[in-house]
Amino acid sequence: MTKKSKINKGSFLDPFKAIRFLWKKPKTLRYPFEPKEPALRCRGFHLNDWDKCTGCGNCADICPNEAITMVEIPELKSKPEEGIKNERPKLDYGRCCFCGLCIDICPPGSLRLSRDYFHIHFKTDTFSFIPKDEKSDKENFLPAEKYSVLKASLTHRKKDYEGFASDLKYSLFEPEQVPMPHVKPEERKLSFIEQVIGYNKEEAKKEASRCLECKLCEEACPAHLKISDYILAIYEDKPQESLKKIFEDNPIPSICGRICMKHCEEACSLSIRGEAVAVRWLKRYVADTIKDYKTTLELEPARPSGKKVAVIGAGPGGLSVAYFLRLKGHEVTVFDSLPGGGGMVRIGPPLYRLPIEAIDKDVNHIASMGVEFKFNTTVGKDILFENIMKDYNAVYLGIGTTLSRSTKVKNAEKCLLALNFLQENKIGKEEKVGKEIIVIGGGNVAMDVAREALRLQHMQYPDQEVITKTVSLEDWDIMPAKKDEIEEAKEEGIQFNPAWGPKEVVLDEKGNVKGLLCMKVKSVFDEQGKFAPSFHEDKEMFLGGDMIIEAIGQATDFSFIPKELFEKFEFTERRKVKVDGNGQTSISKVFAGGDIVNLNLDAVTAIADAKIAAEGIDKHLSS
Amino acid sequence: MRELELYFGPQHLGMVGNFSITLKVEGDRILEATANPGYLHRGFEKLMELRTWIQNFPLVCRINVVEPDHMEMVYAMAVEKLANIEVPERAHYVRSVYLELARVGSHLFGLWAYANMLGFDTVANWAMYHHDLVLDLFEELTGGRVYHIYIWPGGVRRDFPEGFKDKIVNTLHSIGGCVPDYDATFFNNPLFYERTKDVGKIARDEAKRLGAVGQVLRATGMKFDIRKVEPYAAYNNVDWDVPTREDGDVYSRLWVIRDEMIESVHMIFKLLDKMPSGDVYNRVPNPFKWNIPKGEAYVRTESSRGELGLYMVSNGEDKPYRVHFRTPSYTHGLIILEKLLKNASIADVGNIMISLYVVAPEIDR
Repeated sequence: MTKKSKINKGSFLDPFKAIRFLWKKPKTLRYPFEPKEPALRCRGFHLNDWDKCTGCGNCADICPNEAITMVEIPELKSKPEEGIKNERPKLDYGRCCFCGLCIDICPPGSLRLSRDYFHIHFKTDTFSFIPKDEKSDKENFLPAEKYSVLKASLTHRKKDYEGFASDLKYSLFEPEQVPMPHVKPEERKLSFIEQVIGYNKEEAKKEASRCLECKLCEEACPAHLKISDYILAIYEDKPQESLKKIFEDNPIPSICGRICMKHCEEACSLSIRGEAVAVRWLKRYVADTIKDYKTTLELEPARPSGKKVAVIGAGPGGLSVAYFLRLKGHEVTVFDSLPGGGGMVRIGPPLYRLPIEAIDKDVNHIASMGVEFKFNTTVGKDILFENIMKDYNAVYLGIGTTLSRSTKVKNAEKCLLALNFLQENKIGKEEKVGKEIIVIGGGNVAMDVAREALRLQHMQYPDQEVITKTVSLEDWDIMPAKKDEIEEAKEEGIQFNPAWGPKEVVLDEKGNVKGLLCMKVKSVFDEQGKFAPSFHEDKEMFLGGDMIIEAIGQATDFSFIPKELFEKFEFTERRKVKVDGNGQTSISKVFAGGDIVNLNLDAVTAIADAKIAAEGIDKHLSS
Repeated sequence: MRELELYFGPQHLGMVGNFSITLKVEGDRILEATANPGYLHRGFEKLMELRTWIQNFPLVCRINVVEPDHMEMVYAMAVEKLANIEVPERAHYVRSVYLELARVGSHLFGLWAYANMLGFDTVANWAMYHHDLVLDLFEELTGGRVYHIYIWPGGVRRDFPEGFKDKIVNTLHSIGGCVPDYDATFFNNPLFYERTKDVGKIARDEAKRLGAVGQVLRATGMKFDIRKVEPYAAYNNVDWDVPTREDGDVYSRLWVIRDEMIESVHMIFKLLDKMPSGDVYNRVPNPFKWNIPKGEAYVRTESSRGELGLYMVSNGEDKPYRVHFRTPSYTHGLIILEKLLKNASIADVGNIMISLYVVAPEIDR
């Protein structure tokens, strides 16, 4: 060495300093006798809670390595209406990089990573498996006391060994809806102003951007609208495209965008831990943004077929079937006893939910396609059903349920019926209401009646104390009205009396309504799940009120059909008109759909029926 | 004397990583050295064009095995710049602490490789043990030991777990307590001095001309550090110094690395003291519908090897149009290494190469 070190070479005793290390413990772990305990956030093999997993497939979509495939599990049941598919993720650990993006996108939070990080097995195919939850998987998971490294190496993993888990704060999806601007409760209860203001462009785009495109909603929707496609079009700022997609399955978006029962949102995978994508409001945004459907859609009826179809009832089902048949070139005439289109949605939903202009927009578009509407025409009175049967090649019954049921308790004839009340207010003259109103019923119609009554009270008795209360057989947990409907009613100050049944309408000396005597409900359904309410006869309550409205359900009016023809109709056990897969009834010329056929009793199911019936009628006419 | 061609790597005990050098030697003297990259080419830059913005996030870290964290950071910074995403204040601090921990870890790993190569097995084992302690911290924070997949666009993936601050402090104290041991056995060891002094020397001007960064440049006396020049994360909020040495040889480079580790530890303590509370993540848009507006961005960070840059172009789609990394090992491993090996002895090949801190996967992107 030629270079001279500048550094002090030190004492020859220096090496002896190392002796102190003799008393230190070794730093290495003696595996496998001392296995390393992984950290709490360790990203090991997957765990999947099958009860929570909806099979939405978002994990498979986000996986950068395509390590996840969705596998159908035959022993699991698909429940489209709840947004559950019988598919579960299968992991290929030859591809997985343990990044955990699947965990952060998982909407129900069922997929987690365990703290197990090694896997040794004689069989190579065990490297690709369908993860289950440690609690349900008895075969592969061992309790801590039975755990050993040897067992663990043969796919036996330790129980309660959860590692990297989903956290809503750091999720890749946005769990909260863009808030829909509402008119404030204090303001809206004073008038029939439309309560929901509607999204503007920015809000709609932002809300549309939340959709994960898992399409669970499309399976839940009775009419199977292409929801993720039309939401994507909104996100891309192409409302025209979006409208075209909607019209493939639903010709009344302006109506449905306001009053749809949104089965889609119940199935939305985001609704499990957050709020569903506001599918209904997005549809409404499209319908409201586009002023003229016809120029946007660029659809014309097909070549005239020369066949004539009569549609009885201009409700959502009737309108839809008329539109779809008109597109196929048939001549369609719609009969309705009301002065305008919409049927039940014209009279039912109060103006603050569905203004008449919104209905007419959809109806006018269908009329502009060449569908003939005969309003103010009651079949059976203004025109005979027999004549319709004679003059037309096919008949569609979309007559719905137009008769209100009564509780038939003592003095019930002094009460008002829900539909009459709603119809009078919406398209007739304003009803004179009492200061203290009792609404019997806990369904959506009851909510509409109560909220409408409250508005009328405030308008007719300004600055006076007024009360509207509801009585329902059902307790809070089984109340059939939609949750948000109940919440909004509460906000407006409507009082609820759940689990009370009406016993008697009490009258004063002059014969005017004084109040309602109620009994406590024991149970609403019997053991078979049938509607059979039972009461505690001794527990009574008196509700004071000067006006009682019954909103406990509706029935169909078949009186326009001649007796000998009516007898030919077949009915199901639940007293619904029996139809086949084409929407055809037991009378070959007559097709039916909507509330007289299905049990859902809502607009979108009527549209779904109409779609089937339109195909069926077309097939029937061309054969 | 006869001229020989000698293959150094990729299967060679003195070689770290999948990299090779072809040496033309005459006796013990190297006449010419040619670096051969390409043994680890995985086409990351191309792969990234085929993956969505969020799918790239677990991928970028794999470009540098030894220190994946700065890759995550530079990618997150580029996306944030292109998409105009704000990062919460606390996330800046968490990122800085995390990146400094990564620097300490990476330097300890480098020290292991270097000491091992020189035959200082004891020091190498210490460094490896201390490196593992840092990995334990990462495991606790992120769930991964090597690929942490932690810094993502919008902030970081999870906040500190409970008691994590104390854990960092304790771990760093126990590593810092061994600095005298390291000094006595390694940095002040005459053997180390003899092997490294005036070996692999590069002048400041030459270093600048050849595109040297990081320790290689700082060992020539130049105070150049991206954290100072173009502060990112929370580096501007605390007081710290850039350690330098004057001579530009292996000895200086190793001392810079040692000083930098100590500076980083002090910086972490300061950052932890000043760390604000609050959120650590601003949610990015839905990954399935995330299109980033048209534009291009160049961002750079100071990785433990030197300046790390990323040029990214977005065409307004859900994937990057072009990604290009400027990695420190590229110039160090392909240009400066060839230059410094000229006239060196065969015994010094590993010595010089590891002191330049060449990490092969950084070259082959």
